[in-house]
Amino acid sequence: MGFFLETLFGGLMVGMLYSLIALGFVLIYKASGVFNFAQGAMVLFAALAMARFYEWIPKWLGFDNKILANVLAFAAAVVVMVAAAWIIERLVLRHLVNQEHITLLMATLGITYFLEGFGQTLFGSDIYKIDVGMPKDPVIAFEGLLQGGVLINKEDLYAAVIAAVLVALLALFFQKTATGRALRAVADDHQAAQSIGIPLGRIWIIVWSVAGFVALVAGVIWGSKLGVQFSLSLVALKALPVVILGGLTSVPGAIIGGLIIGVGEKLSEIYIGPMLGGGIEIWFAYVLALAFLLIRPQGLFGEKIIDRV
Amino acid sequence: MLYRENGQFKASYRSDQQIFPILQDRIAIGLLLVLAFVLIPLLSSEYLLRAIFVPFLILSLAALGLNILVGYCGQISLGTGAFMAIGAYAAYNFQARIPGMPLIASLLLGGLCSTGVGVLFGIPSLRIKGLYLAVATLAAQFFADWAFLRINWFTNNSSSGSVSVAGLNVLGVPIESPVQKYLLCLVFLVVFALLAKNLVRGAIGREWMAIRDMDVAAAVIGIRPVYAKLTAFAVSSFIVGVAGGLWGFIHLGSWEPAAFSIDRSFQLLFMVIIGGLGSVMGSFFGAAFIVVLPIVLDGLPYWFGLPVDTALASHLTFMIFGALIVFFLIVEPHGIARLWSTAKEKLRLWPFPH
Repeated sequence: MGFFLETLFGGLMVGMLYSLIALGFVLIYKASGVFNFAQGAMVLFAALAMARFYEWIPKWLGFDNKILANVLAFAAAVVVMVAAAWIIERLVLRHLVNQEHITLLMATLGITYFLEGFGQTLFGSDIYKIDVGMPKDPVIAFEGLLQGGVLINKEDLYAAVIAAVLVALLALFFQKTATGRALRAVADDHQAAQSIGIPLGRIWIIVWSVAGFVALVAGVIWGSKLGVQFSLSLVALKALPVVILGGLTSVPGAIIGGLIIGVGEKLSEIYIGPMLGGGIEIWFAYVLALAFLLIRPQGLFGEKIIDRV
Repeated sequence: MLYRENGQFKASYRSDQQIFPILQDRIAIGLLLVLAFVLIPLLSSEYLLRAIFVPFLILSLAALGLNILVGYCGQISLGTGAFMAIGAYAAYNFQARIPGMPLIASLLLGGLCSTGVGVLFGIPSLRIKGLYLAVATLAAQFFADWAFLRINWFTNNSSSGSVSVAGLNVLGVPIESPVQKYLLCLVFLVVFALLAKNLVRGAIGREWMAIRDMDVAAAVIGIRPVYAKLTAFAVSSFIVGVAGGLWGFIHLGSWEPAAFSIDRSFQLLFMVIIGGLGSVMGSFFGAAFIVVLPIVLDGLPYWFGLPVDTALASHLTFMIFGALIVFFLIVEPHGIARLWSTAKEKLRLWPFPH
């Protein structure tokens, strides 16, 4: 029982991190109808920026304070991601308005290649560390309830809390601010939003910046877990089933989907994996999402797809 | 002035419905075939044949298969690499387990296995559409990656899924030199391109296109979506599977699952989109573009004599590749095939303005 709970918690934590990446996909899809394959590359790019600025900024400014260096590096990385969002809108999206989904998808794949190459040219391609002071030691919970208790990684716990806070902030931003309302208006109907005076271009920059910010947070958390390296951009492939499971247009869907995939993945690896020879994590998530889609083609919380002739 | 159909009257249904109704087109295709079958094998160096022409032919074939699914039937697939892998490994198994199995037969049987799996993974397309389907097809990709790495039976118990073939021959003629490999691939490509062109011109092709343009409307006018979508998946994965077999047997010789990874799927999708969705010709253009571009990009620093270290060069290649793809999509979202048809339109009037 303790072991099962441990796996379950581990799955929930990982799931929370998947949702964080999935969130980036959903934000951009909602606001611009672009399925942004570059989200993974953005995570890598942001994490690289963060890790390198953390090394560079103390050297440039000549101080030695870990916290200050982290804060400044984070700020610099945010600036970099906003600049990237602006450039992407300016050079790519603006020219591809009203193209088909698949063309836009391919354009984001082009951006992926570019960002991966550019990030590694600019920041180097070694393995870097991000150290934002997350504790690595595990804690034992529920010791009174279960024999031996449940081992929980503190780092995962912090990451999950950060992810939850971020999601709550984003929900507030979408629901309560004028910009958030404008974003939702654009998501509902580009033309109608434009006709009442919402500047589409600026909204897209904001959305891509927010997605960049989410990517940065995801990059920092994953990066401090695994180290910043090229494979970070592959984490996004794990977030794809989350997105379609939860529904491309739903923020809560990204969260719930992330948790389902995270838990399903871990449990299947432990309980079904040995029967099939192990390593089934990667496709199990997709098959799970596929099975869900067969019942609800628009994902769990996606808007109902209505076909009209 | 040279390229126009004036004076070429069609007196029978047969002549009206032929693939190339214009005489000049027929001459051009004839010349192209002569070039491909005679001149290129005679004149190119071994390096050119091995590094450019053979990959180009095989990837054109795969892109052609994918184009049927994505361009003609409108079902986005990100799992092409998986179907290539299935074709290659199935053909390998036929070759390794059945003594005296002819090469062509095992390649075609490999294609048939790929067809079976393709139809299986096509079934969700009846309910899932668009981007949801695109992501769902990744299930096929990752499942195949995993299966060929972990299930030893598929790879004849070789470690980490790496297999190799040797002593290939067709009807007693050994396939060893680059010229022989090139000609074998070329024959496959020409036959399949002809078949594909005729399929998409026929009733089934029109059904696919109706489904692509709007599946509900197509169903209303009496096209069976189940039949149309599944045949598209079947034909597409058959061609892709044969291409996969060729890629493994002829181009690589020995391979492991990583040869058919998700990058391969993306690469093929790039070919189809840059070449032109819904165009047989476009598949060739796209394949040529994607095969030649990295080679040119890799070669550039050396030709200019710039000392660039390899890591930086590979990153720069990534950047330029990505930027060029975006650039192409912006300049001509309908692909090189559209440029080609625009050029043909212009050519009909040239050199007169009207």
